[in-house]
Amino acid sequence: MSEKIGVYVCHCGTNIAGTVDVEQVANWAAGRLKERGVVIARDYKFMCSSLGQELVEKDIKELGLTRVVVAACSPHLHERTFRTACQRAGLNPYLCELVSIREQVSWVTTDKEAATTKAEAVISGGVERVALNESLEPLIVPVEADTLVVGGGIAGIQASLEIADAGFQVHLVEREPSIGGHMAQFDKTFPTLDCAACILTPKMVDVGGHPNITMHTWSEVEKVDGFVGNFTVTIRKKARYVNTDSCTGCGICWEKCPKKVVDNVYEAGLGTRKAVYTPFPQAVPKYPVIDVENCIYFKTGKCKACQIFCPTEPNSIDFEQKDELIEINVGNIILATGYDLFDPHRIPQYNYGKLDNVFTSLEFERMCNASGPTSGKIVLRDGKTPPKAVGIIHCVGSRDKNYNEYCSSICCMQSLKFAHLVMERTDAEVYNFYIDIRAAFKGYEEFYQRILEEGGHFVRGKVAEVTDAARFPGEEGKLIVQVEDTLIGKQRRIPLDMVVLSAAIEPRYDAKEVGKQFGIACGASGWYIERHPKLDPVATMTDGIFIAGCVQGPKDIPATVSQGAAAAARVLGRIQQGEIALEPIRASINETQCSGCRICNDLCPFNAILFHEDEMVSEINPALCQGCGTCVAACPAGAISGTGFSNEQILAQIEGLLLLNVGPEKVKA
Amino acid sequence: MSEQFEPTIIGFTCNWCSYRAADLAGTARLKYPPNIRLIRLMCSGRLDPTFVMKAFANGADGVMITGCHPGECHYLEQNYKALRRYQLLRRTLADFGIEPERIKLVWASASEGVKFAAETTKLVEEVRALGPLDWPNYESNEYSRLQAEPVKEAA
Repeated sequence: MSEKIGVYVCHCGTNIAGTVDVEQVANWAAGRLKERGVVIARDYKFMCSSLGQELVEKDIKELGLTRVVVAACSPHLHERTFRTACQRAGLNPYLCELVSIREQVSWVTTDKEAATTKAEAVISGGVERVALNESLEPLIVPVEADTLVVGGGIAGIQASLEIADAGFQVHLVEREPSIGGHMAQFDKTFPTLDCAACILTPKMVDVGGHPNITMHTWSEVEKVDGFVGNFTVTIRKKARYVNTDSCTGCGICWEKCPKKVVDNVYEAGLGTRKAVYTPFPQAVPKYPVIDVENCIYFKTGKCKACQIFCPTEPNSIDFEQKDELIEINVGNIILATGYDLFDPHRIPQYNYGKLDNVFTSLEFERMCNASGPTSGKIVLRDGKTPPKAVGIIHCVGSRDKNYNEYCSSICCMQSLKFAHLVMERTDAEVYNFYIDIRAAFKGYEEFYQRILEEGGHFVRGKVAEVTDAARFPGEEGKLIVQVEDTLIGKQRRIPLDMVVLSAAIEPRYDAKEVGKQFGIACGASGWYIERHPKLDPVATMTDGIFIAGCVQGPKDIPATVSQGAAAAARVLGRIQQGEIALEPIRASINETQCSGCRICNDLCPFNAILFHEDEMVSEINPALCQGCGTCVAACPAGAISGTGFSNEQILAQIEGLLLLNVGPEKVKA
Repeated sequence: MSEQFEPTIIGFTCNWCSYRAADLAGTARLKYPPNIRLIRLMCSGRLDPTFVMKAFANGADGVMITGCHPGECHYLEQNYKALRRYQLLRRTLADFGIEPERIKLVWASASEGVKFAAETTKLVEEVRALGPLDWPNYESNEYSRLQAEPVKEAA
């Protein structure tokens, strides 16, 4: 063995030394592992302290160590610390291994003898492995300055503006004809009761007019190729059938269009639009789209009212328009595709869709909105009768094992806002049916107290049923909410005129496919998985892909805006650096050994493996490879090696870990 | 130390979930038998079945393979590949005359320290009940056993 290995055993105060006999472990390593290349083994109170690090650096310089094993805490804590120390002393950082004898040894057992033996085994594994470590250099790739933002809701708007204001180009892709997202549908925002449109539309206009933002509305991302710093994205610009160069957005076309359509997107099914339309008056961009499914011309070949009345020169209506595919190059991508509202049809006992006056929260938002279908009047489904009693059911589809276990986080405050609006605009009594009131952020608890003082009724209990089957006098013609009031321990039947279901917010129906397109994964609840739930909430496991807003999990507008800005800050940092260093843990194929069987080709979820038809060999693109090693394990020819986690390294580690299990020393455990 | 058999278990963990679950078990000071020794891989998909055979060949009595829950793989879907290999490996082990119960696949997310500790404890008990595998000495053991008693039909 030609390597000179140094072993450093940390006491971590008493965290390790309290259970593991560190001195014995160090002596054992120096003696028993001498033939394995260990030239020095030390124990020290706190290896991560500057004195501890100096110890390592000094030994590297004076003893000419070629490998270092530090037995201390988890590599997720201090791997970087010790690798940097090695680098300072002139040793390649990847020639240092950190093995955990704290989280995995001293903290999980009280048996001192067994813990000491286990620590020895763990170190022995580390020594065998590190001997085969190779010097590695991080991969440096340049970063394209343009950024793609997917989703034009408030998260995407905020992110786009932050980046564009910093002077860099942004491509903003939005599936609907206008940016604005869910926020554009709301009337008021809690807890300040600002008008949503008043605070959102100026930002939308900023986006629309920003010289650094290219909007692609009525468009979807078709394909994503490449890797951090250099993505090639194909965008499908769906045919609008309106020429945006000449259209002025005057609105005559949708005025003249004879076809009324129920608007299931923007008006949540409560109102109508025309077959040629912009979703709402403040839409950005102002150009309409023609809805092919409902347009009379596209169905029958006759009509063309919009074209006939279009006043522009040349005429802006173009029935011949086709979908267009455009390709852009970007360095980073921010996904801000938002959420879908839970469909309350799935809870049959609430009878949504069967009983007219059961509304979803989004329908109710539209009803409250001054520009909505009822011009802001809170009325029953007949469009005229004001309700005398309104029930608001919380947690519809949230905190429910049958649907979604998570808390949707916004419904409590949204329901309180609804209660306020009902009391402000009608004489109705308001009942909130809640499980717990969660009013955790700035000004929220105060808002809750305000609603209590305004006279809202609160019934603590999960609603069992919403029905129109009257059982008692006074219930005829009413909606009856059957609920157990858990605070008084009684079943109650409360007759109401209107019921609003505060439905859960759910991941987009296509979140999984979209995630796959961008190379990121969804968690158990369907939200995209962040790089770290606390310390890195806007980055993802795929370099260069960031997430913001409800795609990461349910959140309210302030949190969404913060994430939009945070994601933008991360992207700007990348752009400013101009290049990025990637972890060198990658797989590579030895072409002379590759038999061209292509087994590995389909295993790679990142499309990092190319097959060269002419030479009949596969090749791995190191910038696309994420280093999972699945192909390494699958290659029948053993032609693929995984840098940092090679077969030899792992087999050696196994041997090291089991050193005490063979031969005369065979032990104890 | 008690006289009972103390098995040695090699655990393969995924850098992103189960290794962190093991860290969490430690941070939370959960207690589980010290019989397990962990190897960190980047992904359960990295698990070459050879590693398991190597562990047995070098004296391990059991192997625990851990990874992210289906659908939560850091590398999108590689844990499914680990699942497939695990199924095949169990069959192969049976052919080798090793009880398939000596290997176990456990899904543990980074937050499931409790599960990690509980599953480790369970596997150690199960392997303890199976007794030592002692593969490094298997050949000689088997040889002497065969010499001592005539071969019988397997039960």
